Amino acid sequence: MSGVPIGWYIALSAMLFTTGLVGVLVRRSVIVMFMCIELMLNSVNLALITFSRLHGNLDGQVLSFFVIVVAAAEVTVGLALIVNMFRLLGSTDADDADRLRS
Amino acid sequence: MIGLLATAGLGGLTPASLRTAGGAFGAIAGEGGFAGEYVTAATGSPADFAWLIPVVPALSAAFLLTFGRRIGRVSAAIAIAAVGFSATMATAVALQIAAAPEAERSIVKVVAEWLPIGDLTVDWALLLDPLSGVMLLLVTWVGLLIHIYSLGYMHGDERYPQFFAYLNLFVASMLVLVLGESLLVLFVGWELVGLCSYLLIGFWFTEMPNAVAAKKAFIVNRIGDVGFMIAMFLTFTAVGSLSFTEVLPRAGEIAAGTAVAIGLLLFVGATGKSAQIPLFVWLPDAMAGPTPVSALIHAATMVTAGVYLVARMSPLYAAIHDAGLFDVGLLIAWVGVLTALVAALIACAQNDLKKILAYSTISQLGYMFVAVGLGSLAAGVFHLLTHGFFKALLFLAAGSVMHALHEETNVWNMGGLRHHMPVTFATSAVGTLAIAGVPFLAGYYSKEEVLAAAIETPGAQLIWVIGALVAGLTALYMSRWFILIFLGESRFADDIHPHESPLSMTLVLVVLAIGSIAGAFIGVSARSYPRFWQLEHGELFEWLAPAVQPYVGEDPWFSETGAAIIVLALVACGLTAAWALYLRPADIAAVRARMGWLYQAMLRKFYVDELYERTVVMPGHLMADGMAAFDERGIDGFVNGLGRGTYALSQVGRRVQTGFVRSYALAVLFGTLLISALFLGGTLLGR
Repeated sequence: MSGVPIGWYIALSAMLFTTGLVGVLVRRSVIVMFMCIELMLNSVNLALITFSRLHGNLDGQVLSFFVIVVAAAEVTVGLALIVNMFRLLGSTDADDADRLRS
Repeated sequence: MIGLLATAGLGGLTPASLRTAGGAFGAIAGEGGFAGEYVTAATGSPADFAWLIPVVPALSAAFLLTFGRRIGRVSAAIAIAAVGFSATMATAVALQIAAAPEAERSIVKVVAEWLPIGDLTVDWALLLDPLSGVMLLLVTWVGLLIHIYSLGYMHGDERYPQFFAYLNLFVASMLVLVLGESLLVLFVGWELVGLCSYLLIGFWFTEMPNAVAAKKAFIVNRIGDVGFMIAMFLTFTAVGSLSFTEVLPRAGEIAAGTAVAIGLLLFVGATGKSAQIPLFVWLPDAMAGPTPVSALIHAATMVTAGVYLVARMSPLYAAIHDAGLFDVGLLIAWVGVLTALVAALIACAQNDLKKILAYSTISQLGYMFVAVGLGSLAAGVFHLLTHGFFKALLFLAAGSVMHALHEETNVWNMGGLRHHMPVTFATSAVGTLAIAGVPFLAGYYSKEEVLAAAIETPGAQLIWVIGALVAGLTALYMSRWFILIFLGESRFADDIHPHESPLSMTLVLVVLAIGSIAGAFIGVSARSYPRFWQLEHGELFEWLAPAVQPYVGEDPWFSETGAAIIVLALVACGLTAAWALYLRPADIAAVRARMGWLYQAMLRKFYVDELYERTVVMPGHLMADGMAAFDERGIDGFVNGLGRGTYALSQVGRRVQTGFVRSYALAVLFGTLLISALFLGGTLLGR
C-alpha cells in the first residue's frame, strides 16, 4: 500500500469502468460490447480489492473471487450466444438482432 | 301367476259381459268405465317379455345402419323378420290381456329404472292395457305389411338397406310411444317417431323440396312438442309423478284450472303430431317421402299418436268435463271438425294423388278428434283402426300407380288404369268406398260411430252438421281421386305402358282391402252389420272400457236412424257429383269457372301456407336477422372493440421497445444513476 496512493487505484478503476460503459453504449459489435462488460467487471474487482486493502478487511477480496467466477460463467454463456447469433443472422451487429421489434 | 293363467283359461275372448254389449247408442257410456287398477306382469308371461317388442326392431335398425351396405338386399329380410317378431309378440301380449279378467287387464312391466331424481322417478316401464293392445296390433301388423310392400316398391333404390333400417327404427319408436307407461317414456317415443318421420320424408334428400319438407315437418312438430313438455311439467307439479298409473287414477284430484291447462297443452302437442288446425301444414308436404312411408307414418300410425294421447289421458279430460270450468273436450271436437272441413275442401281441388290422400288423412284425423274430444274414446279409436287399414291401402295403391306410371303424380295425367292394373283397381275401389262411407265397409261404421258421438252430446249439433257435410265432401273428393286415376280415358303419354305391380305389393293391397271390410267388426256388433242404419256398439267399446274413461252424453238430440240416413244421402250426393263431373273430365273448366274464387282458394289450400309465411316465418326471419345483426355489431363489436383497443394501446407502448441493445443499456445506466442520485441525495439530506 505504501508508495502508490489509494486515489490512483480508485481513479484507474473509475477510468476502466467508464471505458467499459461507453464501449457498451456506443459500439455495435456484440463481441466488443461483451469485452467492455468484462472490462467493467474487472474495474469493479480492482475497486473491491483496493477498498479491501484500505480497510484491512478480506471481504472485498472474497467478493472479487465471486465476481471472477460469475464472469467466467458469463463468458461461456455469452460466447455461445454470440456464436449462435452469428449462425442465425450472419452478423455480430447488435442492431441486427431486432426480430422481436417487427 | 297360476291364478292368472287359470282365469285366462276359463275367460277366453268372449266373456258373458261382452255378449251383452251393444244396445242403443251410448248404453255403454257410464257403465263399466275406467278402473284405474294396475297389475304387474306375471313372470314368464308374454307381457313379461313385452320389452322385446320395441327392442328387436331397434336392434335390427342399428344392425342395418352399421352393416346394411355390406349385406345389401338381405337387409330387407332382416327388417321384415324383426317386425314379424314384434307382430307375433304383440299378438301374444294382446291375447294375454284378452284372456285376463277385466280388473287385471292393465299390466305394468317395469324394465329398468331410468331417472331417479329427487321426487321424480321415471322407469323404463311398459303399460300393456286394452288401449295399447289395439295400438300394438295396428302398428306391428300394418308395419309388417308395409315392410313387405317396400320390398317391391323400393327395389333398385341404392339406399335400400338404409330405408329398411329407418322403417324398423320407426316401428320401434312408435312401439315405445304406444307402450310407454309414463308421459316421459311416451314423449321419448313421440320425439323418436318425429325423428324417423324427418329422416324418411327427406329420404331422397338430394332433391331440395324433399329436404325442405322434412325440415318443415320437424319444425312444425317442435311447436306442438313445446306444449306437450309444458303439460308434463304441470302434471308433475300437480301430481308429483309422470307415470300413468299415478296420474290417471288421480286425474280428478288435480285443481280444475291446472287440469284445463294440462289438457289444452297436451292437445297442442297432439295438433302438431296429428296435423290439426293450426299445425296441419306439414303433412301435405310430408308426401315428399317414399310412398310406403306416407302410408305407414303419415296415414296409419304416427299421425294418430295425438288421438292415442287424448284417449290415453281420457280420465283427465273426463275430469275437466265434469269440473265444468272449460270443456277442453268440446274445443278438441271443434278443432277436429273444422280441420276435417278445411282439409276436405282443400282435397277437392288438389291434383297430386298423394296430396289428395294427405288432406284426406288430415280430414279423417279431424273425425277422430271429434270422437275423442266429445268423450267417445272407443269411437275415435275405432275410426283410428279402420282408417289405418283403408288409408294405408289407398296410399299403397297410389304407390302402385306411381310405380306403373314412372313416378307420375298428377291425377289429370292418369285415367283408364283399370285395364292395366286390375288388382290395384279393385283394392282401391274397396279403399275409396270405405273412406267415402259406403255401408258394409269399415269406414262407414267407424264414421257413423264418430258422428253418433256428436248426436249424443247436447250442444254438438253444429259439429254434427259439419261432420255430415264432411262425409259428403269425402265421398266427392275420394271418388274424384278414384275416377280420375282408374276410370275414363287414358290421359298419360303414349310411350308409358303401365303394368301391374309385383306380388309383394299387390298381396299387401289385398290383405289391407280385406281389413278395410272386416275392420267393421271391431267396433260394431255382427248383428248390426247388415242393419247399418241402426248400429250397436261392438266389442271394442267393451274392450277399451278398463283403459279409457268415456264421458260422452247419453241423450241423443236427434234420431240416430234419421241422422244415418241424412249422412248416407250426403254421401250419395258426393258420389253422384264426382261421377257426373269427373268421368268425362272435358267440361271441368266450366265447373271451375263457376266455382270462381272458392275453387282458387281451395286449390291454393286456403292460403294457409302463405298466411303462416307472412305471420310466422317472415317475422321469424326478421327477428333472426335482427338477432344476427345484434350479435355481429353488438356482441361481436364489443369483443372485437376490446381487442382493437388493446392493440391500439400496445401500438403506443411498443415504441418504448426499440430493439437496440445499446438503448436498453443506456436506460439501465440512467436508471442506475437515478437510484444512486436518490440514495446519495437521501444520505446527504438526511445528515
